[in-house]
Amino acid sequence: MLRHTRKLLTVITEAALESTLVRDIDRLHAHGYTITDARGKGSRGTRNAGWEASGNIRIEVVCDTATAENISTYFQEKYYDDYAMILFVSDIEVLRPEKF
Amino acid sequence: MIDPIILFFLLGAVAGLLRSELRLPAAIYEFVSIVLLLAIGLKGGVELSRQPFTDLLPQMLAVVAMGFGLTLLAFPVLRYLGRFKRADAASIAAHYGSVSVGTYAVAVAYLGSQQISFEEHMPLLLVLLEVPAILVGIVLARGISRETRWKSIAHEVFLGKGIVLLLGGLLIGWVAGPDGLSSIEPLFVDLFKGILALFLLEMGLIMATQMGSLRRHGPFLVVFAIAMPLFSALVGTWLGWSLGLSIGGTTILATLAASASYIAVPAAMRISVPEANPTLSLAGALGITFPFNVLIGIPLYHALAVWAHTFAKG
Repeated sequence: MLRHTRKLLTVITEAALESTLVRDIDRLHAHGYTITDARGKGSRGTRNAGWEASGNIRIEVVCDTATAENISTYFQEKYYDDYAMILFVSDIEVLRPEKF
Repeated sequence: MIDPIILFFLLGAVAGLLRSELRLPAAIYEFVSIVLLLAIGLKGGVELSRQPFTDLLPQMLAVVAMGFGLTLLAFPVLRYLGRFKRADAASIAAHYGSVSVGTYAVAVAYLGSQQISFEEHMPLLLVLLEVPAILVGIVLARGISRETRWKSIAHEVFLGKGIVLLLGGLLIGWVAGPDGLSSIEPLFVDLFKGILALFLLEMGLIMATQMGSLRRHGPFLVVFAIAMPLFSALVGTWLGWSLGLSIGGTTILATLAASASYIAVPAAMRISVPEANPTLSLAGALGITFPFNVLIGIPLYHALAVWAHTFAKG
């Protein structure tokens, strides 16, 4: 079976940012995204998702290299200073390249 | 006799401080707060269907003015006495100018168990008090500039969960009237205190998580988080008395003035003033002010209202 490589961009950040980030992701030409609730601990303390203000989310975007680059640069410039956010990109293989 | 709902709050706080594994699932907490917000809105709405809206206009305007005023007073205290950064001072001031629905619910339960009546349209004033502080907070942090995205701020403020449910409840109660609501009373009226007990259990747990950050941010915040509600309660008592509210109504208005927001304002500030440190205002509002109001404040504001009314009679 023919496989195609794409990028998986994962962002873990504050739940308060969800609607803003979704707008950014759409505008930067990603074809889709998946959001899950998350909790954990980082340099900005424990975020246990017990209630709204301490909730975290994980956003995953499968896209091509250029889009992943655009989104990560934009997020880094705009959100890294003021928000609890980490972001990483990994290589993945997909079966239907036209979807991503 | 201490109200059992307060004991639930203490149970949550103690369990949290001892690092118990106890936690309410997020969906349950969400459900409990939705029921509380709707129940409060419905009760106010029923009352609105009984009296002409225009009679309430002076009270509504006075309360909005109080929301603006308290925020504007808190800001210089935080900025110059507390030496907070501009964004932090503005954000904390906004939290203290706005209201906490949880504290309001406890005050309602307190008056209920003492069988003291109050003006039932208070939820309307509750909704009105949520908004002005947020706007003032953003302007204090940002100044009025063209870059401020008022459209998205308005969306954040007016379409937040709290306002939508409170206003929605008010409208449903207003349209349906007392008879129409009797069919849903078992959930929203009869179970109110039980739901509130669960809510307070979770609030106790949340409060305990704020203790760590309080220790880091020092004594000024602790002093402010007690002194500001006491001062605001005086303003609220005076306003309630001048507007001719009953003793119960004055107690509620003082409680509203004294309470600090921990749902609507944090969400709005996080988006609109991202450089403000959210742990500062939450540690104050949740770690100190909420327990202070629930445990000591409300009975104190009641005593203050009684005193104001007897003093006024001479």
